[in-house]
Amino acid sequence: MNLRALLNALAGKQDSKDIAKERLRLVLVHDRASVSPEFMEQIKEEIIKVISKYMEIDTANTVINLHKSEGTAVLEANLAIKAIRRPG
Amino acid sequence: MGAVIVITSGKGGVGKTTTTANLGVGLAMLGEKVVLIDADIGLRNLDVVMGLENRIVYDLVDVVEGNCRPKQALIRDKRYDTLFLLPAAQTRDKNAVTPEQMKKLCAELKEEYDFVLVDCPAGIEQGFRNAIAGADRALIVTTPEVSAVRDADRIIGLLEAADLGDPKLIINRLRPDMVKRGDMMDIEDILEILAIDLIGVIPDDEKIIISTNRGEPVVANDNGSLSGQAYRNIVRRVRGENVPFLQLYKNSSIFSRLKKIMGLSG
Repeated sequence: MNLRALLNALAGKQDSKDIAKERLRLVLVHDRASVSPEFMEQIKEEIIKVISKYMEIDTANTVINLHKSEGTAVLEANLAIKAIRRPG
Repeated sequence: MGAVIVITSGKGGVGKTTTTANLGVGLAMLGEKVVLIDADIGLRNLDVVMGLENRIVYDLVDVVEGNCRPKQALIRDKRYDTLFLLPAAQTRDKNAVTPEQMKKLCAELKEEYDFVLVDCPAGIEQGFRNAIAGADRALIVTTPEVSAVRDADRIIGLLEAADLGDPKLIINRLRPDMVKRGDMMDIEDILEILAIDLIGVIPDDEKIIISTNRGEPVVANDNGSLSGQAYRNIVRRVRGENVPFLQLYKNSSIFSRLKKIMGLSG
């Protein structure tokens, strides 16, 4: 952090370049995820694969999506569980 | 055998054509044999930036359609006799050329020239596909603005998908005064977001407009302009040399300021 950023933080202000960077970061999360549907499908498959080690998943009722919430991007996964495996 | 380098950006108006012209002249100044291809069919501009607009006889579409041999369409530069321009057609559209035709043409030209620089049109459609088809390497031009950086990100993805990985970034029109005020994203901000290698930063400079008015790229002017120096540095990096980056602004952290105040810094 430099002096200007520190003074801004104390005054509760934000440099316009930081606003630009934050907005860009968010918009790129969305851009990159939505450019290729296969990308999200791949994430979904891998999440199911990992979780399946512990639980039996109803893959037909599993939904994964990306959305913005209060200034951050959120990956939301709703997995329907059929059964849970007995811990060893 | 030479290298085919495409200069692209996604967004229009960020300086692709100016960059292509300056890199071409800069490479020719060092004795390289260079061809510049204007791939922006229907909106040709590289000819006026190079000051060669009155010498056009044949164009890119004539070459790919076989109306003339590539050699006949190449226009020799006014000052550098190892530099040539293959102009775009002005009266046709982007569909007049196919990626396969571009690939063949680029392969042919790099047999004889050290560098083939392709000035890519804005956008991500057919014109972009054509321009990248024959390329071995890609340079991405952006400006420190959200719209340009966003489009650059999209282009990086498309280049990767087309097996043109490891593109290098040129940040154009940087304004050190605005960076210092915190009103413009700095080099580190942009590199952090795009996560690709930097090959050069061009400061915003009115000398670029003045030299474009004359049709003489700024890189050749020995007028002490920072933008000309920045372009000459990129040229050397394109040839594989390791050249330190110009320091356009100082990164003043609290720590370094304190050191200065206490008289510790040299």
